[in-house]
Amino acid sequence: MEFFIGRYSYYLIAALLVVGLYGITWKRNMLKKVIGMTVFQTAIYLFFIQGATKIGATIPIYDPELGLDPVDYLNPLPHVMILTAIVVGVAVTGIALALLLRIQRAYGSLDEGTVIRKMREGR
Amino acid sequence: MSQIPALIPGTLLFTAFAALFAGLIRVSWGYALTVLGIGTSFVISLMGVSAVLQEGELRYHLGGWQPPLGIEWVLDPLSAFMVTLITGIGFTVIVYAPRSIRFETPGKEGFFYPSIALLLAGLAGVSLTGDVFNLYIFIEIAALAAYALLAVGDRRAPVAVFRYLIFGAVGGGFYLLGVGFLYYSAGTLNMADLAERIPELYQSRSVIAAAVLMVTGLGLKMALFPMHLWLPDVYNFAPSVSAGLIAPIMTKVSAYAIVRLFLDVFHPSFFVETLPITTLVGWLAVGGILVGSILAIAQSDFRRMLAYSSVGQISYVALGIGLANPIGLIGGLLHIVNHALMKGCLFLIGGNVRLRTGLVEIPRFAGLGRAMPWTMVAFTVAALAMVGIPPTAGFFSKYYLLLGSVDAGNWIFFAVIIVSSLLSAIYFFRVLEMVYREAPESAEGEGGGSDGGGAHPGGEAPASMLVPVLALAVAILLVGIFNVVIVDRLLEPAVAPLAE
Repeated sequence: MEFFIGRYSYYLIAALLVVGLYGITWKRNMLKKVIGMTVFQTAIYLFFIQGATKIGATIPIYDPELGLDPVDYLNPLPHVMILTAIVVGVAVTGIALALLLRIQRAYGSLDEGTVIRKMREGR
Repeated sequence: MSQIPALIPGTLLFTAFAALFAGLIRVSWGYALTVLGIGTSFVISLMGVSAVLQEGELRYHLGGWQPPLGIEWVLDPLSAFMVTLITGIGFTVIVYAPRSIRFETPGKEGFFYPSIALLLAGLAGVSLTGDVFNLYIFIEIAALAAYALLAVGDRRAPVAVFRYLIFGAVGGGFYLLGVGFLYYSAGTLNMADLAERIPELYQSRSVIAAAVLMVTGLGLKMALFPMHLWLPDVYNFAPSVSAGLIAPIMTKVSAYAIVRLFLDVFHPSFFVETLPITTLVGWLAVGGILVGSILAIAQSDFRRMLAYSSVGQISYVALGIGLANPIGLIGGLLHIVNHALMKGCLFLIGGNVRLRTGLVEIPRFAGLGRAMPWTMVAFTVAALAMVGIPPTAGFFSKYYLLLGSVDAGNWIFFAVIIVSSLLSAIYFFRVLEMVYREAPESAEGEGGGSDGGGAHPGGEAPASMLVPVLALAVAILLVGIFNVVIVDRLLEPAVAPLAE
């Protein structure tokens, strides 16, 4: 039980990863695939942020009262990495939505089965 | 000299940025800037090769921050080899591009050129970086540019690219997750630093998870069998220029990243003994080689045939990783450059044919040998290289791979290489035979869409498209003849960690 309580956040993150992958693989609607992709990416961001959690520490800016003991400060690196990764994720989502727009205009549908059928027929 | 590692991606990034705005004012300005920028980066890469050969590896610390905290870019023999290949192919394609783009995707030129520079910047960054998280960023930059370049093909292209994007995002996600596991167990992101700290942690479950996740993620991106499903449609529906640029170098760079992890981040013994990743990659490669070659035979669309053949050829690189002995890995790495030259040449030839005749179906290629003699000379060279006839480049990488299989005592790999060479002989000689057959006279029913004075009135491709194709064909021969130089000077030092 204690094992579970100590790590419950990781189980939630793993659950989010699975939800995201489920959306990507099983949903027929391409927009839902994009939603699944976003959930998947968000789970990864949370994994990094969770790893950097430190209870009782403050932001990593030097405070004369606290001194230089690293225990009192958060590690900023994971947060910086995730800020960068979020930017990448936004760009990927943006391109995905732009592609969906073009698919919708060309085939009038976002359902994977319908689009692929029309692709084969239209040749 | 020590700035070279930063100058190559830096020049390309700046080019992408400047060419976008110049292209908004006038397309030709954007094009001129792109040619200038990519040409400069190619020259810098060549200088980098000579500097590495003379002075050993060069390290550049971004912003003056010392590693392991700061980001480090490393120009060593292997990365010098990769960036020269990337910028060289990029330069050839950008010279080739304008006529073909204007013909296939009119009105999009202004955005096309900056995207090419951005793609090359991303790929050069992946090759040069000495930081596992930085590698993720650059691989995604390259992927974003690639999505844009590939999606401007015909109306089916966005669907194919959407699938590629989903695969790519999941692959990138797995890799990033692996970086997270690695960071929280070893406490650093710098490759050299990781290499020192990981050996103590070989039994740690999170390091094992990190290795599995990172290799899976990169495997998705490099289209390693059975994760190759996105690839054929993407290359098939893309404009010739995009396919000719992305097919040669994009998947190879992910393969290169796996080699980096294998040799320089995790110690080779970890991938071979603790966790049999290389063995697994090797057997997946066997599947990829066979499936890719057999499906290539079944295709009648020239581009689709090349796409399936890419699945098979990238698996040769994976096979080199799977052999995990120096000579086999040299074969795999040498195949990166060989296949890049061959496949780039072939996709661009497809573009030439499409420009002059509008054809993509192999059964209708009859008579092209007479209509486009020089293009087809290049095609013959590239096809012979794909089959692996000496003295073309394709022979030597297969030769090293065969030696590596003998070294490893793995006769199944040996047989697979031989069989797949025969299979590629089947699908390339089929095209060659068609090309050099007499053109059917115009009344051939549905064959030969054009008529009046021979089946292909277009004639030879314009010089701006013919010269790059011929240059690649000559490069195939030169790399074949002088492969010993590349192997001795650049690849031999790179695989040194394996020899221990």
